[in-house]
Order: sequence, then C-alpha cells, then structure tokens
Amino acid sequence: MNAFQISWKNLKANRLTLALNLLLIAFGTGMLAMLLVGMRQVGERLRDNARGVDLVAGAKGSPLQLILSSIYFIDFPTGNISEENAHWLAVHPMVKKAVPLALGDNYAGFRIVGTDTGYVSLHALELAAGRFWTKPFEIVIGADVAQAQGVKVGDRIYGSHGLASDEDIHDDHAYTVTGILKKKGNAADNLVLTSLESVWEMHGAGGPREITCMLLQYRSRMAMVALPGLINRSTAMQAASPAKESARLFALIGVGVDAIRWFAVALMALAGVSVFVSLYDSLRERVYDLAVMRVMGASRGAIFAMILLEGTLLTILGSLAGILLGHGALHAIGHWQGSPQARVDGLVFLPEEGWLLVVSLLIGFVAALLPAIQAYRTDISETMSKI
Amino acid sequence: MLQTTNLTRTFANGLTLRFPDWTVETGGQWLLTGESGSGKTTLLHMLGGLLKPSEGQVMVDVTDLYALPARALDRFRGQHIGIVFQQPHLIRSMTVEENLELAQSLAGVPRDMLRIREVLDVLDMDHKRRSYPQELSQGQAQRAGIARALVNRPALLLADEPTSSLDNRNADAVIRLLSDLAESQGSTLVISTHDDRVKEAFFKEFMLELRYERISNQLEKS
Repeated sequence: MNAFQISWKNLKANRLTLALNLLLIAFGTGMLAMLLVGMRQVGERLRDNARGVDLVAGAKGSPLQLILSSIYFIDFPTGNISEENAHWLAVHPMVKKAVPLALGDNYAGFRIVGTDTGYVSLHALELAAGRFWTKPFEIVIGADVAQAQGVKVGDRIYGSHGLASDEDIHDDHAYTVTGILKKKGNAADNLVLTSLESVWEMHGAGGPREITCMLLQYRSRMAMVALPGLINRSTAMQAASPAKESARLFALIGVGVDAIRWFAVALMALAGVSVFVSLYDSLRERVYDLAVMRVMGASRGAIFAMILLEGTLLTILGSLAGILLGHGALHAIGHWQGSPQARVDGLVFLPEEGWLLVVSLLIGFVAALLPAIQAYRTDISETMSKI
Repeated sequence: MLQTTNLTRTFANGLTLRFPDWTVETGGQWLLTGESGSGKTTLLHMLGGLLKPSEGQVMVDVTDLYALPARALDRFRGQHIGIVFQQPHLIRSMTVEENLELAQSLAGVPRDMLRIREVLDVLDMDHKRRSYPQELSQGQAQRAGIARALVNRPALLLADEPTSSLDNRNADAVIRLLSDLAESQGSTLVISTHDDRVKEAFFKEFMLELRYERISNQLEKS
C-alpha cells in the first residue's frame, strides 16, 4: 500500500467533503481555463480574419461598426460608397491592394458578398470543388454554407434581400453554384462569394453603382501615416483600422473578462480555504488514525507528507477535472454559438494551462501545510493514553 | 529479551515515576498489574518505543530502543513490536485486510497477502476481511486489532488494557487468544491490566506489581 493509496482512501472516507472541495477547485480552474483558451482563440480568429487588411474605407459612421461588418461580417454596414470613390482608392499611389466588397443580400442567413478575385487572394482561399465565378450570377460558397445547406456544385439557389432574413426572396434571379471553398476556419467559411456585377444586376443597375467598402493594403509606411487622414478629410468616406478597432473591442470585452477572472480567482482562494478547513477539521477525528500509523512504524515525516499529499492530491484532481470541464464547456459554446467568425474549439489545449495545475498544486500545499505540521507534532503516547 | 534499567519518567507537572528494573526472558508472558495512575500505561509505552523515558534504558534483545535515531526507532517498532490497545483503533477508511496491509507497508516489510490471510484465519476473522471497521462488532474489531499487531510477527507483543471494553466472555477469549498466539508465534507477551477477570484467566504466574513514588521537584532538590 503506497502513500497515494493511503491518502486517497482517507479522502474517499469523507465523500461529501471530497465532492465539495473537488467542485470548488474544478469550477475555479474550469473558469480560468475557459477564459484562457477562449480568449486566446477569439483573439486569434479575429486577427486571422483581419490578416492582410491594413485599412477599411466605407461610408461614414461608427468605425467599429465598419470593421465588424466588413471584416467579421457581424454588424450591419455603415452605408455605401460610390464607385468613383472606390476607384479613386483602387488607383491611389499609396494603396498597394484594394478589395471591394458589396453586401446587401443573404442566402439562408449566410451573407452574399460581391467582390473580385482580390478577396480570394487576400485570404488565400482554395476550392474544394468546382471553379471560381466568371460570369454574373455564378457563386462560390464557403465550406460551412455548403455543409449547412447541403448545396453541391451546379445547384441553383436564390438569395434574399437584407443580411439575415429569409423574406423578400430575389426569385427573379437564381445563382448557380460553381465552386465550394475549402474550410479555412475564418469568416470565409460562412460567406457566399460572387462578382460585383451580380450584386449590381440583382438590384437593377438603374442609378449610380455603389459598393459597401474597400479593404486596403498600404504601399508604404508613409501611407500608414497619411492615408487615413486623407480619406477622412477629403472624401465622403471614413477610414478604420482593423487592428485599432479590434483592440478597442477587446478592451470593451476585457472589463467583463476581468470580472469573471477575478471571480474565478476568488473561487480558487475559497477552495484553498475549504481544503484547509476540511483537513484541519478531519485531524481531530483522525488523531488516533495518525497515532496508530506511527505505532505501526510511520515516521513523523511520513505523517507530515501524507497530509500534504492529501491536500495536493485534492487540488490537483480538482483542477484536472476543472480543465476538462472548462474545455467541455468551451466546446459546447463553440458548438452552439451564433457567431462563426470567432468559433471556439474546446479540444485545443495550451501549454499555459500547465500553470493552472502548478498554481492548484501550490494552493493544496499551502492549505495542507498547517494541518500537516499539526499532524507532525502529534504525540503518540499522549494520544494513545486518552483511551 | 526485554530488559529495563533505571527507568524514570518525569511529567510536566513535576510528578516522577520510577520503575523497578525488570527482565523478561524470550517467549515469557507477563502480566503488568497495579492501581490506576501507578504508571502501567506509561511503562508499556516506554517498552513499546512510544515514549522516551527521562532516564534509564529499554533493551529489546540487543537493541537499546532510545539510543536509536527517531526514524530507526519508528521502523524498529513497526517491525518488531506489536501493540494492542484498549480500543482497537482500526483505520476507518480501510477494510480489515487493508488495515493489515498498511501495517506491513508502514513497517517497511514486503506485502504478504498469505500472511494476512493466515493471521485473520487464526483469529477467525477471515470472513470479515473485506469489512470496514464500523461494520464490525466490538469483539470482532478487537480481534482485527490483535491481527494487525501480530501480522509482522513481532518479537514483542504488548497489550494495554485489552479487555476493559469487552464483556466477560469476550474478555476471557481475548486473553486466551493473546496468550496462545504469542506462544505459537514465538512472541514475548506483556499485558497491562487492572481487570480482575484477566488475573483469574491468566494462568502464567509472572506478575509485576508496580510500586510508585510521588516525589515533587522540591523534595528531590532537598
């Protein structure tokens, strides 16, 4: 019978206390693991979607809204910009690359995006089947769209007006699916891509042609300094930086995240106190057990180590359960979450989570230290003389 | 086999107990009797390596118990001395069998299930080996405690008031059992008791009646 078995049997003898302590530790660790992994993944996904885009030019309004609608396809666009303005940007010497986006329709809730091949090369999109569009009303759909709707190459589908609803279907023009994209793990998985012409023709090319926004890449560092101001001052457009706006977004979320983090830390501290109280309390009824173990040949050091082992075993088991719990919860959130742009995956483990184990080991150690010293000091003869 | 010389124990309140020198031959069976407070338990604890005497020495065979370093004394006690207490004090989180296994592992001897089954069988506790202490009757628990004291084949078996919590029939049985087992295992046996039933049941003639002296510190100085 080794030390682990002895400690485990002792812990198991008080099932309710064991369960309470494990729960407390597991919830604290679980929340921290969830935050750690979740925030990391959301940040990565957000950055991944914005890769290659230095600046977005769109109609005036909220810069955050412009970024959300044009990079992550979450919010509504701020409005439209004229084709002349878009062209002015596309040929501007400070712009290395300009990708136009025209939003306005959806297919079963998935946004239909009018663009050109620039969007394909920006995200290095590849086809899983079929080919890219060449004529108006030919579309290429994202992997998740194909999977969710069971659409194949060659199918004909109808878009509807607006960004989310199924009503107001454009049943006069059908799109033909010419290609399906490979899964990239970013916003493109949930998009329906087509040419700008498709969008324009769908809405009747009566008035002046408009697009929603332009995704821009700077040609030089000079452009980084000058271009945003130039756009804001001398055109009817506004310029917004994805990096700056997502940092702002993170700062907004950060307040809530911090609150949850401190709550989890408080829970861990509480778990430490609970482990301490349980061990300290159990010593009173276990004083004979400890004395008898000494009689049977256990040294003072062995008894000391046994109590420490109980505390650390408890917190380690609890935090292991907590990490699994956190990942399970995260995976469930990822499974049901409505915003696929930043879908989280509970099956990814970070090396930083090892620190959670180290911290809980320390909590167990500290919580068990005083009870262990108390047990170390137990006098066999005195204890056994009390009957 | 067991020899004490000049044993003295001074308590924190100034009370000093002096014990007569005593020699027990190998395989001997002794009864330690005396009034309450005469120091039976104190002496027994000193013999068992649980309590360091203020003066004097305890020799078990060739080992001077209190000359050993603390860790070595613990190990020696686990391997060579078995102690039966008034209450069996079985570890509640473990079955009878596991309690005996624990005695082997804490003493640092190899796990020996055969020996455990053998001891339990002798004490008619084999059918209860998977039971937890709280599922045992008083008598069964006491026998499990005896089994645990015997499992490492101790050279010296000490019993401190082993019958005080038992009824007449069980008390008699326990004393006979201790005596028979000690003899068959080749252990030297010392039982401390103030129980008259034991004195009657115990057929060995050796008895040590404790004298005691109360000497205050001041008296000692003058």
